[in-house]
Amino acid sequence: MTAINPQPAVSLPRGRPKSKILRRVRESCIMAGLIGCGVFSIATTLTIIVILSVEALRFFRLDEVSFWGFISGTKWSPLLGAEKHFGVWPLICGTLLVTAVAMAVALPLGLITAIWLSEYAKPKVRAVIKPVLEVLAGIPTVVFGFFALTVITPGLRWLHEGFGVYNAASAGLAVAVMCLPIVTSLAEDALRAVPRSLREGAFGLGATRFEVAVKVVTPAALSGIVAAFLLAIARAVGETMIVALAAGASPSLTLDPRSEVQPMTGYMVQIFLGDASNYGAEYYSSYAVAATLFLMTLLLTLIGHRVRVRYRQVYE
Amino acid sequence: MNELASHPPSARSGRFLKDHLFVAVCLLAAGLCIAVLGVLLASIITQGIEHLDTHLLMNPPSRKPEKAGIYPAMIGTIYICLVCAVSAIPLGVGTAILLEEFKPRQKTLARLHGFVQLNITNLAGVPSVVYGILGMTAFVEVFKVMGSPGDPVWTLGTPENWYYLQLPFGRGVLAGGLTLMLVVLPIIIISSQEALRAVPNSLRQGALALGATRLQMVWGTTLPAAVPGIMTGTILAMSRAIGEAAPILIIAGVVYITFTPEHLMDDFTAMPLQIYDWASRPQESFHQVAASGIMVLMAILLTFNAAAVMIRQKFQR
Amino acid sequence: MPATIPKHPEVNMMNPSIPLPPAPAEHDKTMRKSDPSTGHGDTQPAIEVAGFDAWYGDFHALKNMNMVIPEKRITAFIGPSGCGKSTFLRWINRMNDLVPSARAAGTLKLHGQDLLDSSTDVVELRRHVGMVFQKPNPFPKNIYDNVAFGPRLHLRMSRVELDQVVEQSLRSAALWDEVKDRLKSPALSLSGGQQQRLCIARAIAVGPSVLLMDEPCSALDPRSTAAIEDLMAQLRNDYTIAIVTHNMQQASRASDYSAFMYQGELIEFGDTEQVFTMPRNEQTQNYITGRFG
Ligand SMILES: Nc1ncnc2c1ncn2[C@@H]1O[C@H](COP(=O)(O)OP(=O)(O)O)[C@@H](O)[C@H]1O
Ligand SMILES: [Mg+2]
Repeated sequence: MTAINPQPAVSLPRGRPKSKILRRVRESCIMAGLIGCGVFSIATTLTIIVILSVEALRFFRLDEVSFWGFISGTKWSPLLGAEKHFGVWPLICGTLLVTAVAMAVALPLGLITAIWLSEYAKPKVRAVIKPVLEVLAGIPTVVFGFFALTVITPGLRWLHEGFGVYNAASAGLAVAVMCLPIVTSLAEDALRAVPRSLREGAFGLGATRFEVAVKVVTPAALSGIVAAFLLAIARAVGETMIVALAAGASPSLTLDPRSEVQPMTGYMVQIFLGDASNYGAEYYSSYAVAATLFLMTLLLTLIGHRVRVRYRQVYE
Repeated sequence: MNELASHPPSARSGRFLKDHLFVAVCLLAAGLCIAVLGVLLASIITQGIEHLDTHLLMNPPSRKPEKAGIYPAMIGTIYICLVCAVSAIPLGVGTAILLEEFKPRQKTLARLHGFVQLNITNLAGVPSVVYGILGMTAFVEVFKVMGSPGDPVWTLGTPENWYYLQLPFGRGVLAGGLTLMLVVLPIIIISSQEALRAVPNSLRQGALALGATRLQMVWGTTLPAAVPGIMTGTILAMSRAIGEAAPILIIAGVVYITFTPEHLMDDFTAMPLQIYDWASRPQESFHQVAASGIMVLMAILLTFNAAAVMIRQKFQR
Repeated sequence: MPATIPKHPEVNMMNPSIPLPPAPAEHDKTMRKSDPSTGHGDTQPAIEVAGFDAWYGDFHALKNMNMVIPEKRITAFIGPSGCGKSTFLRWINRMNDLVPSARAAGTLKLHGQDLLDSSTDVVELRRHVGMVFQKPNPFPKNIYDNVAFGPRLHLRMSRVELDQVVEQSLRSAALWDEVKDRLKSPALSLSGGQQQRLCIARAIAVGPSVLLMDEPCSALDPRSTAAIEDLMAQLRNDYTIAIVTHNMQQASRASDYSAFMYQGELIEFGDTEQVFTMPRNEQTQNYITGRFG
């Protein structure tokens, strides 16, 4: 033994030392479990990608389908008629139309509410608005779908006869209500993260509250706000129950929000709900649609991540 | 000259006018939020109050709206949410611990760590229908390598046993719950990470300085300190699971089920599915039943959210 | 058997209760007349530092440090903010492992064991080198569990033994009388000074031979500071203590040896009396007389 033993500092009961080997074994097992958790999340993504691409490829290999026809075609009629058409644009158009209506309402409204909450509202008012937003955020989307069907659509039809029983505008407005709390709370977080000194500096130069909020704070929080917007867009693009209930089931290439459309998610639900033969072209087409949807949301997420990374650099 | 003289005050009043105008717009926007919530709740209550009674809570669905009940759907929701919670909470908290407490120093590992983190951000953005398709392939059919749900390659017990299991799982409670797990996992991971991040570093240093290993530090100090935050996030994630319809719509379909599941492989329906079913019917009277179902669902969710708020407030000090 | 981190000595069965260390007045001043930098003299070396450098990324935080910290004495580290005192302390128990950019080279030995060696078991090391931080950091548990935290990690012991450890550690930290009736109340309900003494008790309970204290009093009021100083005086014969302080009076009052650091360099190290009354270096002179820093 060459190690120098220090003399006992104070003599405490020593008990028996715990086995280090046992501890090491136990900890290795737990570590393996934790790493397994991390691997699981990656495996999930990989499985999604593999499933979507394998099944989509199977779809494109079918005789009645071509990849080019899928990404350039303007007619989608997989179920009806003798000749089936698999051009994805009507579905994308439906998704974009609903998303556009939703964002046209939710983004400005959400941003204004966020600015107001962060720059103007007194604590008492916040104490009312915040829970309202939290309740809105907690409402299941099937409820918004029901709301669109039984309140928004009749309302729109009462305002103007051009609206169909199912229409993009109604679904879009319901998606807007769903996205509103997301936009508001994330944008508010971004606004509140702007350093106080920036506001004080602007006030010191004689700016009004409006000028400080709109010309100083909002630009400073811009990337956070953009990230919030992107997240809301991704949620709107992927929203399923609202469009399944309120948007309709006839894919059409239109920009008229009064007409019936079928977004991508709506089509997927229709296929998996109906008893479409498990191996027909229409069944596999839903995987190709799902792959398109996945790519769109992946892109939005990655752009959002980029924006947020930049934003972090600005403040640290 | 008069321009110069008159300019400042008018500009000033113009600027303040803008300020007031903006406040008005803001009030309008916030008022709209409250109004929308009010109209939503009012419309559901007026439509749903008629059918909201013990009959609805105690009975299976029916072809006649006045006889329809939501009991099997409630039980189904409880089952799939239990499966979801049991699988998602350990996985989610484990991933969060790995990402927050074991940040590697080595460069390649650090890059891998960043990749896992980005991957989770991405998973949080994947639409829930896509998880439905994933669950369909991975759990219901087990990639079609284990036979078909109707002709399983492996079984444990028979469908009469409460512990009946089979591979592939088929469109049962287990597949539904695991699919929900995929949906809420990123939410639990991200909120648990936030809770762990909020634990002051001084606690970690205190534990390590006593000769704790990293895991002992996590188990003995970091995790207990983060539990309230993790619980809040988990409750919110579970309330998302309760209301989530799209993925289990793909797994379970809309089936007419008048019984409650007896084992993990049994067919099930859930409250959001039942509501979707009623809402998508053309008859007005079924819409009323849907509204009653929504009231039940919202009551459960509000209880969950209230619990989360209470936990947050209790531990905030 | 390869050299390992010092093991615990055998159980001292003859004297299970903690002998209160002699009061400071009894402390034998004649024992510290030797030159500590050589390590020769009446005391054993505890920590040997030779040609020691440390970096944070490209920033050279400690430059060529050479010193021998003697066993069972109090060594005070003084110097202006940012001169590297904490960095040095945090290398002794390898807390800097937590800082991804931290790096060190040279010799840093505890009782002959190389601390920078990659084979050194840091967990084992930290059992022997307790640390008390600037801000009291009790765990959000009750008082008893705070003190029992360390022993529970390392030792299998009966309830009675654990109770004994907790009591004796709290006694050595001069906290027992104040908390003996409320061991189960939250540690965070204690005052700042009590919390800091609890942290000391928590460190003692593991049975370390070295105590590192990084500005333990700077977040405390004068009364708590006095309590901690009394406590150090009681611990001085049993532990090797390295303390960082910004308080010159505290350093001169409470320590046996003093080290003055400046911009990452060890400028002067010697008997406290000598460093404070006739510093060899002009910078030291300027610092302790308050002319800079
Ligand atoms: N984690 C770190 N990363 C980079 N530089 C650091 C870190 N910690 C301390 N430093 C730098 O090292 C120098 C010494 O710091 P420190 O040892 O804390 O000084 P002291 O305790 O004497 O006030 C300072 O200049 C400080 O900026
Ligand atoms: Mg320091």
